[in-house]
Amino acid sequence: MSPLLQVCDLTTHLFTVEGVVKAVEGLSFDLDADETLALVGESGCGKSMTALSLMGLVPDPPGRIVGGQVLLGDRDLLQLSEHEMQKIRGNEIAMVFQEPMTSLNPVFTVGDQIVESVLTHRQVSRRQARERAVELLDLVRIPDPRGRFDDYPHRLSGGMRQRVMIAMALACDPDVLIADEPTTALDVTIQAQVLDLLGELQGEFGMGVILITHDLGVVAGIADRVVVMYAGRKVEEAPVDDIFASPLHPYTQGLLGSMPRPGLEERLREIPGVIPSLIDMTPGCSFAPRCAKAMARCREEQPDHATIGDARVVACFAAEEEVAGRGLAVDT
Amino acid sequence: MNRTFLAVRRRLLQAVPVVFGIVAIIFLLLNLSPGDLVDVMAAEEQISDPQVLEQIRAEYGLDKPIYVQLANYVWNIVHLDLGYSFRHSQPVWDVIVERLPATLILMSVSMALALFIGGLAGVVASIKVNTLYDNLISVVAIIFFAAPSFWIGLMMMVLFSVKLGLLPVSGMYTIGGDYSLAGEIWDVTRHLVMPSFALGLFYAAIYARVMRASMLEVSGLDFIRTARAKGLGEKRVAFKHILRNALLPVVTLFGLQLGTMLAGSVVIESVFSWPGIGTLVFEAVLTRNFPLVMGVLLFGSILVVIANLAVDLVYMRLDPRIELR
Repeated sequence: MSPLLQVCDLTTHLFTVEGVVKAVEGLSFDLDADETLALVGESGCGKSMTALSLMGLVPDPPGRIVGGQVLLGDRDLLQLSEHEMQKIRGNEIAMVFQEPMTSLNPVFTVGDQIVESVLTHRQVSRRQARERAVELLDLVRIPDPRGRFDDYPHRLSGGMRQRVMIAMALACDPDVLIADEPTTALDVTIQAQVLDLLGELQGEFGMGVILITHDLGVVAGIADRVVVMYAGRKVEEAPVDDIFASPLHPYTQGLLGSMPRPGLEERLREIPGVIPSLIDMTPGCSFAPRCAKAMARCREEQPDHATIGDARVVACFAAEEEVAGRGLAVDT
Repeated sequence: MNRTFLAVRRRLLQAVPVVFGIVAIIFLLLNLSPGDLVDVMAAEEQISDPQVLEQIRAEYGLDKPIYVQLANYVWNIVHLDLGYSFRHSQPVWDVIVERLPATLILMSVSMALALFIGGLAGVVASIKVNTLYDNLISVVAIIFFAAPSFWIGLMMMVLFSVKLGLLPVSGMYTIGGDYSLAGEIWDVTRHLVMPSFALGLFYAAIYARVMRASMLEVSGLDFIRTARAKGLGEKRVAFKHILRNALLPVVTLFGLQLGTMLAGSVVIESVFSWPGIGTLVFEAVLTRNFPLVMGVLLFGSILVVIANLAVDLVYMRLDPRIELR
């Protein structure tokens, strides 16, 4: 079966006064229905820009998708006109944003905002759309959905607003849901609730979910597969268990090493250095300046994506050597 | 809604001392200006006998100390007596009420034009930001903002009345015209076109600038991205999601400017001989007809107080986060 969503070689650049920022550079991944794919990396590594690229919402200027394909079924979303894209946004691909406090329009009731989503893509009466909205509010576990329908966003807490955002995203039963750091702005207890909710709804709706996060705890909780991004590129991809059990890329190892664990006595290990400027990229591997395992070759050549086993991908010369040393098949 | 009603009532009660404060300040300011009604009359009637002048002053109560005059005036206002205009040989109230409709028509039409033209221009400029349309709108707005409205009025007269002969030069009615209701409405409308544009375009220019800036600011906010992510078209995003939020600064400005517009209408009414309050107050100041000046200013301050309350109510309708207290 072909995957639900195929991203091939997606490249998004920001054309700024200081130069071209290579926000997303040759990114490829597949997403199956019923699967949660986590897109992981630190701030500024191109995660959110990837999400906006898939939605066709890259702010232009300064941003522009300069290459690649985003295949939903057999359509390449990057070739569609703005008008055709509008029919897909919120309908086949929906998105939940990071900031629930500012992502809802303050002057319309939450109910009306959900109704608007329904009416944009479905030929139903206002009354039917209203019923659907109440149903959705109930689905995201908002108590007294009928009463909440007429509330304005400022009367709801952050967690409640994020539930409304999720309800709005699910309004048209999308195939793909992109959640861009959906819990970052929330309290820890609320985070867990919202993640549980997302997990349940994913099963219920059979959606493919792309979860963008920098929180590895979140990844461990609900992801099936993980794509680790660094400086606009994919550096590693693996099933979630493999990532945590045997990370291959030094950057992934660094990320896991800097994760707090219960019972950990010593000081957390951080990754030395800072993320490189995405404008003046050095010819070699972009992680080389911070990498303990960097070799002379790493500073000259960009490592290609090597497939390891049948489900893992890594872009690192050191990791390739290591894996080959263990006698595993490496396919570059 | 009951809470709104209570809030409105409280605001109106609070406005009473404000209006009286305004009355006292204007009264004192007017008395600071040199010359009074009697000086003007003396000059006009060639009276030079100081005794006669004193006698006239005593007759009109102008010989009493200022605070007594003020107290008398306030006492009269409480009894809804605005005094007597000796120039018109009519009570001030009657003079004002006779002239008020003309000004209210001019002001409301000008404001409506300003809001509509300025708002629309601002929205278009923000949607087409940094294009030819945007620049064109900006340039036109700057011209109307910078050019004095009386000059624009005069130029319109030259073009539309003198050269093209499309519109009547000035006044509000054609003497000896059609006196049926429809004919009269049509007549007034034709007379209204130039003064209302001359007065309104200045404000339209301001609204266009504010609207553009406000729309651009709102269009960068998170919830606009959410609206786009729903799959809404650009028009719907602009006219529903952005516009509603961007209107607030324009409404604020609108409330603030109702007062200045009354002042602006003095000039335009003079240029176009529009028989409203503006021309009235202009003549009244020149002839030191203080009861009439006071009366007009009193009306003006009440108008501004009511307009501000109305703005607050509109605010509340536009933005549910705002509540009237």
